[in-house]
Amino acid sequence: MKTQLLSIAAAGLLSLTSVWAAAPVVIQNATIMTVTNGTINNGSVVLQDGKIVAVGTKVNIPAGATIVDGTGKYVIPGIIDCHSHIATEAVNEGSLSVSSMVGITDTINPEDIAIYRAMAGGVTTANILHGSANSIGGKTVVLKMRWDHSADQMLFEGATPGIKFALGENPKRRGAAAMPGLTATPPRYPATRMGVEDVIREAFTGAKAYKASWDEYNAKAAKGIVAIPPARDLKYEPLVEVLEGKRFVHSHCYRQDEILMLLRVADDYGFKVRTLQHVLEGYKVAKEIAAHGAGASTFSDWWAYKVEAYDAIPYNATLMMRKGVLVSLNSDDAELMRHLNEEAAKTMKYGGATETEALSMVTINPAKQLGIDKRVGSIEVGKDGDVVIYDQHPLSTFTKVEKVYIDGQLYFDRSKDLADRPTKEAEKKALITKAAEEQKKNAPQGGGRRGGGL
Amino acid sequence: MKKLAILAFTATGLVLGADDNSFLLKGATIHTMAGKDITNGSILVRDGKIVGVGQNLAAPKDVKVIDGKGMQVYPGMIDSGSTVGIQEIGAVTESNDISEVGKFDPQIRSFIAVNPDSEHIPVVRANGITAVLAMPGGGGRRGGGSGQIIGGNASLIRLNGWTTEDLDIKGAAAMHLTMPTMGGGGGRGGEGAFMRVSYEQQHQAYEKDMKDLNDFFEEARRYAQAKAAKMPDFRTDLKMEAMLPVIDGSEPVMITASRERAIKDAIVFADKQKIKVVISQAAEAYKCIPELKAHDIPVILPPTLALPDGEDEPYDQPPTTPSLLYKAGIKFAFASFSVEFSRNLPYQAATAVAYGLPAEEAMKAVTVNAAQIWGVDKQMGTIEEGKSADFMVLDGDPLKTQTQVKQLFISGKNVNLDNKQKRLYEKYSGRPN
Repeated sequence: MKTQLLSIAAAGLLSLTSVWAAAPVVIQNATIMTVTNGTINNGSVVLQDGKIVAVGTKVNIPAGATIVDGTGKYVIPGIIDCHSHIATEAVNEGSLSVSSMVGITDTINPEDIAIYRAMAGGVTTANILHGSANSIGGKTVVLKMRWDHSADQMLFEGATPGIKFALGENPKRRGAAAMPGLTATPPRYPATRMGVEDVIREAFTGAKAYKASWDEYNAKAAKGIVAIPPARDLKYEPLVEVLEGKRFVHSHCYRQDEILMLLRVADDYGFKVRTLQHVLEGYKVAKEIAAHGAGASTFSDWWAYKVEAYDAIPYNATLMMRKGVLVSLNSDDAELMRHLNEEAAKTMKYGGATETEALSMVTINPAKQLGIDKRVGSIEVGKDGDVVIYDQHPLSTFTKVEKVYIDGQLYFDRSKDLADRPTKEAEKKALITKAAEEQKKNAPQGGGRRGGGL
Repeated sequence: MKKLAILAFTATGLVLGADDNSFLLKGATIHTMAGKDITNGSILVRDGKIVGVGQNLAAPKDVKVIDGKGMQVYPGMIDSGSTVGIQEIGAVTESNDISEVGKFDPQIRSFIAVNPDSEHIPVVRANGITAVLAMPGGGGRRGGGSGQIIGGNASLIRLNGWTTEDLDIKGAAAMHLTMPTMGGGGGRGGEGAFMRVSYEQQHQAYEKDMKDLNDFFEEARRYAQAKAAKMPDFRTDLKMEAMLPVIDGSEPVMITASRERAIKDAIVFADKQKIKVVISQAAEAYKCIPELKAHDIPVILPPTLALPDGEDEPYDQPPTTPSLLYKAGIKFAFASFSVEFSRNLPYQAATAVAYGLPAEEAMKAVTVNAAQIWGVDKQMGTIEEGKSADFMVLDGDPLKTQTQVKQLFISGKNVNLDNKQKRLYEKYSGRPN
């Protein structure tokens, strides 16, 4: 009795403290594309206690391991999307152009079906950002696609937090008084790219002064001098973290002028732009981006949907890469997110990237950009057990994801998804029937609501 | 004059023929899409038309020879629904000519507004697409939102030429009709998800649209009768004139209908009106297989690289749908329903292959099937004698991303594969470090 209770308690503790307590997994006889250490034919990967514990042609099989036959299949590290808005209930706090006080973490919906679908497309980690309505948006968060877990359990432990900036057409849109269909009055500053620069400078001028007031207070406090602490300012706190290098700037941008503008502002205020997002004209100023040390996270071939995207070229990623910029491909879209591997393949067509370069842009490069490359982004011993099994070469249009492991646990299994469909369909029918019966039963006598339910 | 040209050919040793749309392409694998592939095959083209296809074709003296060794040749691809030519920059209204004002605009023809110098045309054709159906109306891309029911004539255009008229293959390839639905947009609107109106209001609007639509067809029939009978009070009406080929069944009606209910409504409507229909953007065609099959209705599928419409639909429904239609024997073609993603047409087709569609069928859905559906299969869609020389020469399988289109022929003309994007690439590749 006592032991039983103990084991129940232990199990409870385990499920509370750790989401990765599963049997070891050995994927055998597969083509293992490690990304950082070449490709291993007829190789194996061993996942244990959430981590990759062995990779190679000969590995020790842990006791009780689940063996997965990978004959004819390909294994790559889980795909990382550096720009996504899935699993969010709210994206833009558009009433101010500096809304650094808000955080996307407060809006995470772990039941968004887009999480499951992204995972079924090989994505295991995503950078979740605010929208681009504001010059300075809000605090971003990195999530692992731990489907069927709570929002807190999806957080990528220890990932450096970020903040979303946006330049160009989107943040200045609210400044246009006569925007058709937009009744927001009065117009919100800024209305031009010039104004966007000023908004960011004003914000950092304030943040610097705020930081100085705290530095002064802390210095006094350290010396034991009695002083009154400055009032906290939730708008400036994240910007101070940016100045201290504790928070990454991920900035939406398109045109070369605004890219250079932000790099210069960052230089002036002494912070780094971690990634330029979209950065469709990045190829024009690749040299300057590389010199600043900013990463670039772009689309493979989106263009012409608005004026600032008219000079976008599908060679952007490869051209920036060749000029020394760390480049990733992102989705910004729940659909595109499902086939980032195919987007990566386009860098081979447009600009002649190698297979490894192409795959890097959706694995190790975004991991580096998010500062999580010690944990994910390649198949290496000691890294998280985040791997994807494809039935064909992952850079082929004919391929599809068969299995996805996160923290060494099986999170997506195509064969199970297919097998479960009849049951789910029956369950859905039963629920609809039940709902219809309830509605009929509860309908008020003599008319009332017709139809409804939409 | 001809002799002079031949002289020039022999004198310079260059491969210049009497004119630039006559040539012999030899030594390539020809995927005719009309039977077996021809290895080490040749295509003889004269004045823009294919006059011979086979092995061991001799080169007439007056034509240039193009070496196709190691190359794969396929018919040029056809995007069966796009805004290429009539849309430049999505967000800039002034650069778009897609949707007109008014509920019924059958008199509209999209090729009238096609810009032969659109930057999109060279970008799209660089990936092997030689013709697109430019679709007016219904809000364009998604089919819906503008309140239009009949958007006008979708025109089939070739992606090369000096003038709008050069581009026009078939100005009235199909009449575009967006099926009225609850919530609008042929069902794409999510059954009222974005409409802040009550169920009753939506239902009334739907009933009214259906009545107006039937009345409009009825009016067209009366007009046709009055015209045929040479009634004394007969007055020419351009909207009604445009409806004549529709009601006599000579012009197909391309009905945008995405959801099951809209598709089934469209089939009932077509049956009642005795018109020839093509169901377009038919995301839920897989739920209407018996009905589509019974009426032998072809389908234009929306992109396979798309999210399922419903939250509880299988995650892979869009790329799986083509194989389900194929197994049921329903004819379909692919379309981008876009301008900027038209160039990804082969990858849309390829994704269906991953989910069960034979590769050969995927290629048919962007070539011969499209030509048949739009009634131009005597002119294009396969590599056969008598057809327009519209084909692409590639270094591999067109369905694979890494494959490059090496040469492209439209009406026998070797089309320049340069475009704005390549020029910018070259320009900025050369920026000093």
